[in-house]
Amino acid sequence: MSLLRVQSLSKEFGGVHAIEDLSFSVAAGTIHSIIGPNGAGKTTLFNLITGIYTPSAGMVEFDGRPIGGVAPSRLAALGLSRTFQNLQVFFNMTAIENVMVGAHLHLDRRFWPSLLRLPGSVRRDRACRDHCARLMDFVGLGAYVDAEASAMPYGALKRLEIARALAAKPKLLLLDEPAAGLNATESREIDQVIKKVAADGVTVVLVEHDMKMVMGISDHILALDYGRKLAEGTPAQVRANPDVVAAYLGAHS
Amino acid sequence: MAKLMKARTGGMALLALVMAVSPLGFANAYYYDVAVGALFNAMICVGLNLLIGYGGQISLGHGAFFALGAYASAIGTSRWGLPPLAALAGGGALVGLLAFALARPILRLKGHYLAMATLGVGMIIYIVLKTEAQWTGGPDGVGVDPLTLAGFTLATDRQWYWLGAGLLLLVVWLALNLVESPVGRALRAGHGAQVGAEVVGVDTSHYKVLMFVVSAVVASVVGSLFAHKNGFITPDIAGFHHSIELVTMVVLGGMASIFGSVLGALLLTVLPQMLAGFDDYEAMIFGAIMMGTMIFLPKGLLPSLIALIRKKRGAKP
Amino acid sequence: MAELLQYLFAGLTSGAIYALAGLGFAIIYNASHVINFAQGEFIMIGGMATATLTAAGVPLPAAALAAMALTMLVGVALEKFAIEPARDADVVTIIIITIGASIFLRGAAQLVWDKEFHALAPFSGEDPIRVLGATLMPQSLWVVGVAMAVIAGLWWFFNRTLFGKAMLATSFNRLAAQLMGIGVKKVLMVSFALSAALGAIGGIVVTPIAFTNYEAGIMLGLKGFSAAVLGGLGNGMGAVVGGLIVGVAEALGAGYVSSAYKDAIAFVIILFVLFFMPNGLFGKKGVDRV
Repeated sequence: MSLLRVQSLSKEFGGVHAIEDLSFSVAAGTIHSIIGPNGAGKTTLFNLITGIYTPSAGMVEFDGRPIGGVAPSRLAALGLSRTFQNLQVFFNMTAIENVMVGAHLHLDRRFWPSLLRLPGSVRRDRACRDHCARLMDFVGLGAYVDAEASAMPYGALKRLEIARALAAKPKLLLLDEPAAGLNATESREIDQVIKKVAADGVTVVLVEHDMKMVMGISDHILALDYGRKLAEGTPAQVRANPDVVAAYLGAHS
Repeated sequence: MAKLMKARTGGMALLALVMAVSPLGFANAYYYDVAVGALFNAMICVGLNLLIGYGGQISLGHGAFFALGAYASAIGTSRWGLPPLAALAGGGALVGLLAFALARPILRLKGHYLAMATLGVGMIIYIVLKTEAQWTGGPDGVGVDPLTLAGFTLATDRQWYWLGAGLLLLVVWLALNLVESPVGRALRAGHGAQVGAEVVGVDTSHYKVLMFVVSAVVASVVGSLFAHKNGFITPDIAGFHHSIELVTMVVLGGMASIFGSVLGALLLTVLPQMLAGFDDYEAMIFGAIMMGTMIFLPKGLLPSLIALIRKKRGAKP
Repeated sequence: MAELLQYLFAGLTSGAIYALAGLGFAIIYNASHVINFAQGEFIMIGGMATATLTAAGVPLPAAALAAMALTMLVGVALEKFAIEPARDADVVTIIIITIGASIFLRGAAQLVWDKEFHALAPFSGEDPIRVLGATLMPQSLWVVGVAMAVIAGLWWFFNRTLFGKAMLATSFNRLAAQLMGIGVKKVLMVSFALSAALGAIGGIVVTPIAFTNYEAGIMLGLKGFSAAVLGGLGNGMGAVVGGLIVGVAEALGAGYVSSAYKDAIAFVIILFVLFFMPNGLFGKKGVDRV
């Protein structure tokens, strides 16, 4: 069954087609990677799926319902969560608070209980903090629980965004270049994290330049070029596709 | 003891202690009078800091919300014979509604546009209060009866001081609760990275609107108290200058610092009194302080102070 | 008809002053993305200095030039000592700095001069000119004429001189301008000097109509800011059009609706514009990138 279905999706910016007539679907429980050279439209695609941009044409369907043009803050409630290539970290907060914001929808968000610090809502908040601390452990940030986000290194912030996205308990997790800027060891750790997430039943859509990682963990790969689909299939199929080799892999090898 | 070292409990305890001990140094009613002014300003600034420091939204119009609360109490008690608490609550509710109605269109704006819009709202309210003399007494102002609660009239500055001190503790406690709750985190997240907050389900504009309303209601309620305490109000309390004073207190004390707001309010309320002998220089000194702190301590006094202490402590292991 | 014309004369006169103030906001905003809340104080200083100098017997042209020089000096000092050191601060911080500067300058003016109102004689007599039943004061012609000359001069400067073009380039892309060898610091300083000069000119021509005192800049400054926002922040022509709209609307409102609410009209207009077209009449729409 496909969890995410994209059909004839297009996005124009002042006459330039960032995404053009793109269709694909993502099966539940898989790791689905999107590759392509810089400017191929990968991040634009993420922004279209997560409601940050409104499609010029076509549709996006999540869990059987159309979500084109739905505000990002409503998509989270449906089970969609993501990270960002250019960090969207709350630098005015501590690391654990960043993750706790991810759990926003699962907390008591009413004004009066918050204002009066009612025991019930405090208890839920404390339980959430414990849960979020475990999530930080899970992504390898156990040492940073009480750190200020503004004092953390880049690699840690990338993982902080993953922990925050996981705190929202998504069905579908979109990761935008989680390994960019990381060293080899950190990359392998992220690798493991993504596999574990998928093993827990979360569907993962991954944009990544690290080909070793992509080929190693993906069930399915979609290759984009200039906003259009270049190839699609298993890692082996995509690797063997001459167009992909010419447009992307060739340039790198 | 460990609990006292935490910013929350320790800060509240320190604040309570300072407020309890300060009157020992008050030589006469004038000191109490100035202190009450500082307490009132501190309450408004704690509320305003939720909007400015935590929510990242500037307002150059909160003096007007303060004034509406003050006039609601003045008109409600003397004109309609309402009990003071009813007038205070009614004023707060009206200001809350007004702020709510204005918040959506206003908070869509950013930076200078937001500054202009809040300034505009404040100016319009100021001009209305000045012009509608049959209600407000016009530019000459209007008298207000003292505050009577359950048959007891607050007559002296000393009584006002203790009421103000108790209320400030309450306001600080509530504000700290809010900041550390899911509501406060959502608010701060919207300020830190709006898109990042949206994608995990935070309706960021909802929280901005909420804080705009909360800070406006706090200003209104304090305005009501001020009207009773002062016994006389003029439209100038709605003016641009008053709104600026409030924002400056928040920024001077430290954005996103509850106790910083208390400090900022205290300093900027007491300072002009100390400059009273230098009447001619007062505006210049005030302006120079505003510029100086923003240039040299842009994070504000308290956060800069805390950072300094941390650094010192870190230096000697 | 005569009445309408009368209001239009009044509106265009004050509108021209708001336009000059609005242009002052726009020039500084373009160069630095700073809203200079002390713009009104430039107007005040220009008017006050000219009034005192002429009262002391200095001929008007010399007094006006001296007042302009003084105001430009204040503008450059403001940039050098208050804006430059806080270059990378956030919007709220800069707003507070320039508001602090405006309070400081008012305080200084009160000290240098006093709290009294100061008058300046009209430049070419007080014999009203009759136009279709309405009367027009010669000073109004001075205000509008000088404003038009200044606007034309600015247009020439920004579109025809190398340095003016460089200033515009800086406003579009600071880094690129720097790479092209344009001194951004110099651009900043010139923009403050230019805005101060604009303010001073406005103050000098309006003082014969409105008197001036140390607080005269507050309202003029806020209305100039309204004009700049109305036209779209950073858009020079927008600021001029915005200023004229505010001035005329104010005069018509005061004449036909309520003179007590004259000062509120600018703010009502600006709220409507911000609510329904948040980028002003001619502003560019910004796109946030993620």
